[in-house]
Amino acid sequence: MTTPPTPQQQPQAQQPQQMYAPAGAPAPQGAPMAPPPAAPAPPSAWQQAMANAYTSPIPVKKTHLGNALASEWTKIKSVRSTMWTLGIFLALVIGIGLLAAANTEPGDYADVPFTIPAFFGLILGQICLITLGVLVTSSEYGTGMIRTTFTASPQRYRVLAAKVVVFFVTAFVVSAGSILLVGLVTSSMNGGAEAGDLPWAGTVLKGGLYVSLLGVLALAVGSMLRHSAGAITAMLGLVLVPAILPAFLSIWESTQTLGEKMSDYNAINSLAKIFGAEGMDSPGGTSQLVALIVLTVLALGGAFALLEKRDV
Amino acid sequence: MIEAVGLTKRYGAKTAVYNLSFQVRPGTVTGFLGPNGSGKSTTMRMILGLDTPTTGQVTIGGYPYRKLPNAPRQVGALLDAKAVHGGRHARNHLLCLAQLSGIPARRVDEVLGVVGLQDVAKKRSKGFSLGMGQRLGIAAALLGDPQVLLFDEPVNGLDPEGILWVRNLMKSLAAEGRTVFVSSHLMSEMALTAEHLIVIGRGQLLADMSVKDFISHNSADFARVRTPETEPQQREKLTAALTEAGGQVLPEVDGALRVTGLPLPRISDLAHSADVRLWELSPHQASLEEAYMRMTQGAVDYRSTVDQRAGFQQEMPPGMPPQGQAQPPVPGQGQPCWYAPPPPQQGGQPFAMPQPQGGPGAANPYAAAPPQQPAAPAAPPADMTKRATDNEDAR
Repeated sequence: MTTPPTPQQQPQAQQPQQMYAPAGAPAPQGAPMAPPPAAPAPPSAWQQAMANAYTSPIPVKKTHLGNALASEWTKIKSVRSTMWTLGIFLALVIGIGLLAAANTEPGDYADVPFTIPAFFGLILGQICLITLGVLVTSSEYGTGMIRTTFTASPQRYRVLAAKVVVFFVTAFVVSAGSILLVGLVTSSMNGGAEAGDLPWAGTVLKGGLYVSLLGVLALAVGSMLRHSAGAITAMLGLVLVPAILPAFLSIWESTQTLGEKMSDYNAINSLAKIFGAEGMDSPGGTSQLVALIVLTVLALGGAFALLEKRDV
Repeated sequence: MIEAVGLTKRYGAKTAVYNLSFQVRPGTVTGFLGPNGSGKSTTMRMILGLDTPTTGQVTIGGYPYRKLPNAPRQVGALLDAKAVHGGRHARNHLLCLAQLSGIPARRVDEVLGVVGLQDVAKKRSKGFSLGMGQRLGIAAALLGDPQVLLFDEPVNGLDPEGILWVRNLMKSLAAEGRTVFVSSHLMSEMALTAEHLIVIGRGQLLADMSVKDFISHNSADFARVRTPETEPQQREKLTAALTEAGGQVLPEVDGALRVTGLPLPRISDLAHSADVRLWELSPHQASLEEAYMRMTQGAVDYRSTVDQRAGFQQEMPPGMPPQGQAQPPVPGQGQPCWYAPPPPQQGGQPFAMPQPQGGPGAANPYAAAPPQQPAAPAAPPADMTKRATDNEDAR
C-alpha cells in the first residue's frame, strides 16, 4: 500500500495541451487539486447567481414558543408510548383506588381524606409518569428524531421548554384528574357521619403536582442521559433507593440522621405525607414538595445547559 | 448560499474535518464527494448546527444555522432517512415538523403528494422501507419551500423510478435558483445530477470545481491504437516511432496499444510517416468515477482486500506454498496505483491547490501522523510538502 508518489511525467509538463498522462504511473496520494484557471466562476457569474437566488413567495415569519408547543403536543399524542403509560397510570390509580374505596367504610375516613385510596395507586402509577417523562426526551435521541427536530428548530432551548410545558400539563391534568375522580367516588360511597370529612382539595393538587414533577425530573434526566433505559433506571433508583436504604442506615448511629432524612423525603413517604396517610392531623408534605421542586429545577438547569453545549 | 470558512472539527484526538473552506452557490446542484469517513456527514451536521465546529464557521445566507429566525423556511435538509420516530405515522411526523415553523397542515398533505407517500400517510414509519424513508426525509426537506437544500445520500435505497425522480427534482430545484448541496457515493448519479463538485478526503478539501473540469483534470485520457493483427512487426515499428516522439506506449491485453502523451492527430501522422496501417485510433475519456477514484485513492481510509479465505484452510504441512498466492489479483482490490496520476498542470505546478494557510503541513494534524499506522497510505499533506519540494528542484 506504500506508493512513493513521484510523478514521472515531469519532463512532459512543457508539452502542448491535449496531453495524455502516462497510464500506470504511480498515483499521487490524495493530491489536492486546485480549480483550473477557468474553473472558478467569475464574479459576474456569482453575482448573477446570487441575484437569481430563489426566495419563497410566502413570507418567512419568525418562530416562537407557540410553534414548539403545538409541535410537542402533536408529538406526545401521536406515539403509542403515551397512550400506554397514561393508560396504565389511569388503570392503576383509578382501579386500585376504586377497589380500595369499595372495601372501606365511612369510619375508615375519620382522620384521613377521601383521596387516600388514590395514594395506593399513585405509588405504582408514578413509575408510569417517570417512564413517559423519560421517553418524551430520550426516545428522540434513541430514534435519531432529535437531529430532525433540532434541524427544524435550531433554537434547542425552545424545544425542551415546550416539552416540559406540554408534558407537565398533560401529566398534571391526568394525575390530578384521576385523584379527583377517586376522591369524588370515595366520598359519595363512604360519606357519612362517621367520616371525618377532612378537606381534600389540597391533596388533589399536591398529589398531582408531586407525581407530575417527578415526571418532569425524569424528562430532564432523560435529556441529560439521552438514553431511555439508563434514564429510567436512574429514576427508579432515585425513587426506590431512598425508600429502602434508611432501614440499613439506621443500624449505625453516625448515619442515622441521614437515614431519617431519606425516609422523610423519599418519593413514597412524600406522597404518604401529602395524603396524610401516616395518621397525622392534617395532610401536609409541603416541605417534600418544595424539595422536589428544587431538585427538578436543578435538573432542568443541567439539562438546558447541556442541551446548548453538546453536539447532537 | 452556504459558506464555510476554515471549518475544523476534532473529536478528541481524531480530526474529522480540517480547515475546510468552500462556498455553495445558488442555481446549481453542487455534489459533495469523499470516501467513507472523510468527514462529509460531519460537515453536513456542522452546516446544520447540530455539531459545533472546533474552529471556523459556516453560514447560510450570512447567518450561522442556529441564528436563523425560521430555519425550515430557509434551509431544508435530509440527513438520515432513519432519523424519525418509528412509532409516529408519516403525516404526524411531518405535521410536528411543520408546526415547529408555523407551516400550515395543508402543506403537509401537499408534500406527501409530491414525494408519493399519500397512500401511506397514516402508516407508522417503522414499517417503511429505506426508499420510503428517503421519500419521507425529502418531504420534510421540501416542507418549508426553502432556499437552500441539503441532501445526504438522497438516492440510497430508492428504486430506479425514485432515482430518476430525485435527479430531476434536484435539477429543477436548482433551476429555480435554489442552492442544492448533495452528497452521494453514486458517481454515475453525480455525473448526471451535479454541475459543481466539492471533494474532500480525510476531512480536507481535495477539489472545488465544475464536474467537467474535475474529470478532465483528474483522468488519464489516452488513445487506443490498434495495428493489423496479422503483422506484428508493424506494431513494433509504431511503438518505436511513438516512443521516439515522446509518447508512452503500453501494450494492452488484446494486442492494442495504449498511448499517452501524444495527441491523436500526431499519432496518426507518426503512423503515416512510419508507413504503418491503423485499425483503430480512438480517444478514451475517463468517467467521473475514474477521476474520483484516482483523486481520492490516497485518502481512502477503509479499503477492501482480497478475501483469501485463509481462515477456512487447514494448517498446511511446512514447505507448502501458501494458498493465497495461487489467486490472481483482482483489479481494484488491494492494489495501489490502479489509476494513473492526473496529468501535470501547465506551468510546472503539478497540483495547484488551495494551499492551507501558514504553509503546507504547518499546523497540520496529519503531518505528524501517528507511527502506529504504517500500513496506511502516506498522508496527503506530507506528500504535498514532498511534492512541492520535488517540484522546486525540478525548476
